[in-house]
Amino acid sequence: MNGVAECPMLLLVQADIDGELDAGRAADLLQHRADCPECQAAYADLLMLRDRLREPALREAAPESLRQFLRAQSAPQPPVRHTEPRVIRPARWRANAGLAAGLALAAGLALAVYRPTGPDMVALVIDDHVRALQAGHLEDVVSTDRHTVKPWFEGKLDFAPPVKDLADRQYPLTGGRLDVMNGRPIAVLVYRRGTHPINLLVWPAAEQGDADAVTENRNGFTTIRWRQHGLTLWAVSDVEQAQLEEFVRLWRATP
Amino acid sequence: MSGPSSQPSFEAVVLPYLDAGYNLARWLVRDRGDAEDVVQEALVRALTYFPSFRGTNPRGWFLQIVRNAAYASMSLSRGIPGAELPDEDALADPADDPEAALIRRRGRTDLARHIARLEVELRETLILREFEDLSYKEIAQITGAPIGTVMSRLWRARRMLALAIRREEQDA
Repeated sequence: MNGVAECPMLLLVQADIDGELDAGRAADLLQHRADCPECQAAYADLLMLRDRLREPALREAAPESLRQFLRAQSAPQPPVRHTEPRVIRPARWRANAGLAAGLALAAGLALAVYRPTGPDMVALVIDDHVRALQAGHLEDVVSTDRHTVKPWFEGKLDFAPPVKDLADRQYPLTGGRLDVMNGRPIAVLVYRRGTHPINLLVWPAAEQGDADAVTENRNGFTTIRWRQHGLTLWAVSDVEQAQLEEFVRLWRATP
Repeated sequence: MSGPSSQPSFEAVVLPYLDAGYNLARWLVRDRGDAEDVVQEALVRALTYFPSFRGTNPRGWFLQIVRNAAYASMSLSRGIPGAELPDEDALADPADDPEAALIRRRGRTDLARHIARLEVELRETLILREFEDLSYKEIAQITGAPIGTVMSRLWRARRMLALAIRREEQDA
């Protein structure tokens, strides 16, 4: 299968092995091969190689985690998915805040209608995270500077989310966005650990006082929720749990 | 996101090709963890494109998305020292008992190493043909290369592997 001047029929020998030749050309080739040592050698090599490549160890099944991810992805969606969460997405917020607010309110009403009995907050938070990834739209305001991100939220929310940067601790801020959760606009701060995004969802707490962090895992995602500064905060990501816990610890400790 | 009930679900369409997608990703990025990230990314993309998927050739459709996600991941890691070196452990059989089948395994991992060292265009063409049994036309569609290019890449990949095997057998 080497040499400078190769037989022009070699690619046909290969095509024959791959079942890409019609019967007529295969018959012609068989005739040629009888007289061509080079094509005979190539044919033998190709058969040998095919046999070696049958080795099962060269193939590997997908890990269970990917099956779970696929299942979680295609689980029956609650009707809330059909209220087109993307209508409240950024471009329209910027283009027409009034219209967007109306749509957000409509989406909120739809949420309220579809979730009359206490929402599964873990699922909602993970949905929000996945939706942002699917839409390829994590940030409405893209900036690693908290002095840009914080003012961006002003006038869009009835509270001021604390924007902290943890870049020197390996969790750089990359931006923020607005979402709707249970019918109210919320702030989402976007951080990164390596290539993995971490979403930090923030809204005013319904209960009084601070609350310690509670971790919950589902479908390969980790969520950590706590109360601080009169706000409810949810961190959600697919980073390892220990990393998300470290992120939350650093975030809470940063003034 | 989910269509009318008469249409197959996203999971039903993709699940039969999940192993194929993972295998392709693993041979392209040559690392199990990275391959898992690539397929996860591909699943997210595939779900986004699913409403416009026409239902013909789901395998080619999904493998093309995996392939593109793998290339995106490789272009991200380009420039990182060592990122292009094959993780040979990721290509060996983890379940194999090292004592029991040393010689057999050695031949096998050598072959895995030879495949891993092929240029990525040759490697993907070989994997799609030999492991996924795809036609030249399907490979051309997935890789965006003309059929003639598919044939010559396949030929070069096989020639290099056959030479490497012959050389080893002579050394042994």
